[in-house]
Amino acid sequence: MSRIDKHRNILDFALSSLLRRKRKNIALVIMYTSLIFILASVIFFTEAIKREACILLENSPEMIVQKTMAGRHDLIPDNYIRSIESIRGVQSVRGRLWGYYYEPTRRANYTLTVPEHFSYGTGYIAIGKGVSRTLEAGKGDLVPFRAYNGSYVSLEVADVMTAESEIISSDLVLLSEPDFREISGAPGGFFTDLGVRVRNAKELPVIADKIRRVLPDTRPILKNEIVKTYETIFDWRGGIVMVILMSAVFAFVILAWDKATGLSSEEKREIGILKGIGWETSDVLWLKFWEGAVVSLTSFFLGVILAYVHVFLASFILFEPVLKGWSVLYPEFRLVPFIDPFQIMTIFFLTVLPYTAATIVPSWRAATIDPDSVMRL
Amino acid sequence: MSIRKVDVFLLSISVALCLFAFIFVHASLTKKSELPALRENSKMVRTLEITDICLFTEARYTRHLSMADLHTPFQDHPMSLEHFPSGALITPPPHLRQYVQDR
Repeated sequence: MSRIDKHRNILDFALSSLLRRKRKNIALVIMYTSLIFILASVIFFTEAIKREACILLENSPEMIVQKTMAGRHDLIPDNYIRSIESIRGVQSVRGRLWGYYYEPTRRANYTLTVPEHFSYGTGYIAIGKGVSRTLEAGKGDLVPFRAYNGSYVSLEVADVMTAESEIISSDLVLLSEPDFREISGAPGGFFTDLGVRVRNAKELPVIADKIRRVLPDTRPILKNEIVKTYETIFDWRGGIVMVILMSAVFAFVILAWDKATGLSSEEKREIGILKGIGWETSDVLWLKFWEGAVVSLTSFFLGVILAYVHVFLASFILFEPVLKGWSVLYPEFRLVPFIDPFQIMTIFFLTVLPYTAATIVPSWRAATIDPDSVMRL
Repeated sequence: MSIRKVDVFLLSISVALCLFAFIFVHASLTKKSELPALRENSKMVRTLEITDICLFTEARYTRHLSMADLHTPFQDHPMSLEHFPSGALITPPPHLRQYVQDR
């Protein structure tokens, strides 16, 4: 009998043995699959968000300079532009105007932004898909904004941004500078922050240092810091991600511990009988290995496939309540599936290997003792 | 001839492996088809000088995470506890943490 035939027979026996304890093993597979599903969903989701954000934000401004007052972000006067422009290596400095607008009737927060070139002009706005959804407004509709002094400013929707851009534009309201100042009350000669362009990107840290020295009440934020923010956004140490991971890991430890601490008397008796009828210790270990492998491989494949469907085809529906929080305007977007073999290997090594090992150790202990004493248990 | 359990199992595992391979094929095809939209979004980030992606809209320091300052979670008063769910989900930007260490 070839080695393959031998293992086919042992695997066949392992399957019969698992089917004899059908209910227990089905429950085990369901639990194990859920565990892998949660772990894989978290890994797929966080990695996809990070990579998409990093690709998109590679084009974010080279440097942003904020003015701080008593530790908080404050409006920056336009004379700061001239001070920064005089620093060697600075190509251009632009005052950026942006802020937030709370819409009381819908209880939603929007981001008001003044683009460098706003083609629609004063009296018009371009809105993100999320804004359009919450306001039920489309192209040509008038949207009233409550200004800082209580008066109302009505602006016409000139354009609704595409659904594909929701990950960056869902809550955006693009408008002209006079309209922004009229709504927000930002005085002339002041900006929200400054966008700085430099001649040589390698000089960014040096220029940032000079800005900090010339204008001590400012805080430069570099592009690589913006990108790094999103590289570490769902760090394993961060809040709920850690809670989910730790719950999954603890559930798995309990599962593996249950297996590793010993076999049931029925399983021990089975091993004794097998040894009594002539099975060798290595055959018994192979049997237990295959039993563990059947359970863990089935759960692994099911868990990972379900997680993929959940995150990339079902728009991570189970995570939605957590991500929504208290926000009324929630971006609806589909993630680009950035998956790689490394992620799959991580899930495999975290779950399948320890479980299979945990099934073999107690079996090895039972298989090396006298069959007679095991059968008497 | 009756079908053995081992054959059924091996067949199921083969189907699962095919589905598994299909995941990678699907991911690769989707990435390719999403590439133009991704490029378009990337262009938008440049023209609108966008600094953050729109994941959460409930609090300003989670909407514009990279622009947040050290005091943003203490919105109401210095002893105020962070109270937005998204604040519990994400970590503060590394440059803010570095800033605290440097002080």
